[in-house]
Amino acid sequence: MKFVDEFREPGVIGKACGEIRRLADPNRHYRFMEVCGGHTHAIYRFGLKDLLPPNIELVHGPGCPVCVLPMGRIDDGLSIGKDPDVIFTAFGDMMRVPGTQGSPLEHKARGMDVRIVYSPSDALELAKKNPGKHVMFFAIGFETTAPSTALILMRARALGLHNFSVFCNHVTIIPAIRAILDSPDMRIDAFIGPGHVSTVIGCRPYDWIARNEGKPIVVAGFEPVDVLQSIVMLLEQLNKGEAKVENQYKRVVPWEGNHAALKAMGEVFELRPYFEWRGMGFISQSALKIRSAYAEWDAESRFHVPGVRVTDPKAAQCGEVLKGVLKPAQCKLFGKECTPERPVGALMVSSEGSCAAYFNYEHRKNAVLTSIGA
Amino acid sequence: MCLAIPAKIVELFPGEESRALVEVVGVRRHINTGLLEDDPPKAGDWVLIHVGFAMSKISEEQALDQLHTLTMLGEQQAAMEEAQGYGLNDS
Ligand code: SF4
Repeated sequence: MKFVDEFREPGVIGKACGEIRRLADPNRHYRFMEVCGGHTHAIYRFGLKDLLPPNIELVHGPGCPVCVLPMGRIDDGLSIGKDPDVIFTAFGDMMRVPGTQGSPLEHKARGMDVRIVYSPSDALELAKKNPGKHVMFFAIGFETTAPSTALILMRARALGLHNFSVFCNHVTIIPAIRAILDSPDMRIDAFIGPGHVSTVIGCRPYDWIARNEGKPIVVAGFEPVDVLQSIVMLLEQLNKGEAKVENQYKRVVPWEGNHAALKAMGEVFELRPYFEWRGMGFISQSALKIRSAYAEWDAESRFHVPGVRVTDPKAAQCGEVLKGVLKPAQCKLFGKECTPERPVGALMVSSEGSCAAYFNYEHRKNAVLTSIGA
Repeated sequence: MCLAIPAKIVELFPGEESRALVEVVGVRRHINTGLLEDDPPKAGDWVLIHVGFAMSKISEEQALDQLHTLTMLGEQQAAMEEAQGYGLNDS
């Protein structure tokens, strides 16, 4: 409650909620998927779910890059780090994600040279400062992050920096949405589109969702009002029987995306024929590979990696939760064997993972707006 | 992961590969503006930064709004950690 009085525009939140109640047909059940993990975090963080009528169900999507990475890729990256001449670098989000033999942090405790970097630039700087070592950057992320990795690879090539490489796990959002729409156990009425991915790819790539699949999609910002307003926009479309792409986050997302970022990605990356996603299996053309012109900086061609497919621990139901088939608390391990302190699955590690978000805010009743009762 | 935080451009370094000094939640840090080369920012402009790269330009009003929300929600600590960067101190 303590935040509510200071909250920027409680009036606006109340208004948006009123609008939602007015527009939602009480005889209908709505399933809206928020594609992006940032939205999942915001929804639990602010307790937005409690502000919605019970017939509006928010289904959490696959847009958490740490969560969708299969365990085999973590093992592969760590296998490169076993070389005593290699410094393994990754974002902080990756550090506690379990591989078969433990997380990067646990490998560090056993003597591996593992460092957290805030930016891919930091990994490049580290390589410059340690000419006697090889610095490998374990890259993850959707189109929000991939352009930064691309610029760094271009920089490494321009500098002729030979002791630096990238283990590329960048994935693309559109094939993941397609896989969800194609999956038989999935019924989604409309999508809340990812905000920051769209600053790069723009709004056009979502066209087919509206046109061919007949589902509305609204690209949304991350503040409570943004999410609620995007739900209003989706309901308006559904009531009118329309399906189109709309941009609620115009103040940040240009319709055409970021040309320079797309250009850098095109220069450095090509599509992999297929890539494994945790819980979703192999999805064709869903991930980025470093082009052969940059092979010297591609850890996958410089080092031998086992490339073994590893299945998740049997009781873990990360796959079902990722696809939105199960809610986090329905996993048998949730809050028991699997907690943010001792995560079994990646969804409990990343702050954008639905299990961690649900555990921290819903389970511990920490959400910010829960009691606004707007 | 896809968190992007507002920062104000303090200084640009012409001739140096897209480097800019920004101020973000009270911390100064160098970032890369290479992804905005089609419409390069000037000193005093606000940008959204993600993993040390400017992603898009935003208005000052928008930036201040977002910072206010971050502070109020106590998430400014997380943003600050992200902004300061870590991991290079022991290199
Ligand atoms: S509770 Fe743990 S094991 Fe279960 S789905 Fe979530 S992250 Fe996976």
